[in-house]
Amino acid sequence: MATYSTNEFKSGLKVMLDGDPCAIVENEFVKPGKGQAFNRVRLRNLKTGKIWERTFKSGESLEGADVMDVEMQYLYTDGEFWHFMNPESFEQLPADEAAVRDAIQWLKEEDMCTVTLFNGAPLVVAPPNFVEMEIIETDPGLKGDTAGTGGKPAKLSTGATVRVPLFVQTGEVIKIDTRTGEYVSRVKGG
Amino acid sequence: MSDWRPGTDARALKARAMLYRQVRAFFDARDVLEVDTPQLASHGVTDIHIQCIAVPGYGYLQSSPEYHMKRLLAAGSGPIWQICRAYRDGEAGRRHNPEFTLLEWYRTGYSLDDLIRECCTLLSELLALSKVQRYAFRELFREVTGLDPLTADTDALRAHAARHTELPALDHAGLVDYLMATEVEAALPPEQLSVVDRFPGWAAALAQTEHDPDGAEVALRFEVYARGMELANGYYELTDTAEQAARFARDQARRAAYQQPPMAPDPYLLAALAHGLPACAGVAVGLDRVLMCQLGESDIRRLITFPHHNA
Repeated sequence: MATYSTNEFKSGLKVMLDGDPCAIVENEFVKPGKGQAFNRVRLRNLKTGKIWERTFKSGESLEGADVMDVEMQYLYTDGEFWHFMNPESFEQLPADEAAVRDAIQWLKEEDMCTVTLFNGAPLVVAPPNFVEMEIIETDPGLKGDTAGTGGKPAKLSTGATVRVPLFVQTGEVIKIDTRTGEYVSRVKGG
Repeated sequence: MSDWRPGTDARALKARAMLYRQVRAFFDARDVLEVDTPQLASHGVTDIHIQCIAVPGYGYLQSSPEYHMKRLLAAGSGPIWQICRAYRDGEAGRRHNPEFTLLEWYRTGYSLDDLIRECCTLLSELLALSKVQRYAFRELFREVTGLDPLTADTDALRAHAARHTELPALDHAGLVDYLMATEVEAALPPEQLSVVDRFPGWAAALAQTEHDPDGAEVALRFEVYARGMELANGYYELTDTAEQAARFARDQARRAAYQQPPMAPDPYLLAALAHGLPACAGVAVGLDRVLMCQLGESDIRRLITFPHHNA
């Protein structure tokens, strides 16, 4: 893997720090008068999602991280691993619980997900921005209510709970924005 | 698509043109001669913290016009000034561009205090800041950090500097640089010209040195800060050839120790000093940053027609 000097740092660059793959969020060059130059860097640890702040002497370098994003189809879980398939190569990869933790309530079989691979293995799984899921349980609502007023909790097939308008009923399929966890609309023919 | 458009808007272009006119009028009124020196020359600087850009077959883009201006002074030019481009490898960010614009001038027969006064007169005019506050580097640093930059224990400096961030391996001077650039500069009131002088002896560069009452070596060097930015750096100039040669040699040893490319000392500068540099004081002002201050712009790249990423 290539190494990157501080003057190649820019946001989005993937580097190794303390053994973990990180993405550079912000890089600030600081230099006093005629003194030592520094780079103050904010990095996101791609494993934990935590933000790290580090100061480097300008000219120092970090090893690049072998990290890439691939679109993969979610197949099934065996309880221990969540299995994904590359639809072009049909290659299958298992992701562990840590990798799917934030995505787990939005994972529906056959949906396409963004899988971040680190050294070829799934590191983080991001669900699609929008998913369609069936409501398995919600209180019966009042007839004649329209979207945007009030609302009630609804439990989905994956176990996730979202707030839905009162007119939405058990058994219906709804569209959800996974980035906010909010109801978007009913899906016709669901 | 390549981004062909300039980084500047019409306001920034006009402000720069106006700034150059003001500066020229300032020096014309004071009978200081405008000069022009090479940007491409056979030698660069040995300073361990300034990396020159090499031009194969020719030498180096100049990181400052200082050596050539001193050769003019040694040849009897009298007081001189210029606006020029300067180049420093690897310096890029919100306050740095590898190619930038310097105003530099030298006053023969001036003391450092004389030059500080003149520099503040100019900057007050350009920035409409009337208040000038002077600080000695040691006192200022001690007041802000609680530690004396010259006599504090290196481990105490390190512990103080590492309170907020994980630091790389730094020596004593590196820790002082870090704290100066972060904590101390940030503590200076923005709406005044802050003159900091009597820098640590190790940061004398091309300035003469003297001793504080406790024997610590300090440099006859000053910097001016305003609105959170370092704007000017001036020296009571070193004229002693042997001392200059010794500093070059010390820089070379440090470059070797830090695995930096060797830089040959400029023999022309040494010869000019041997011939005789008149007693003088000189200062450089970063004009791109003066523009940042004038316009309240936080990113230097919006004041340079074509900053390095699309130059």
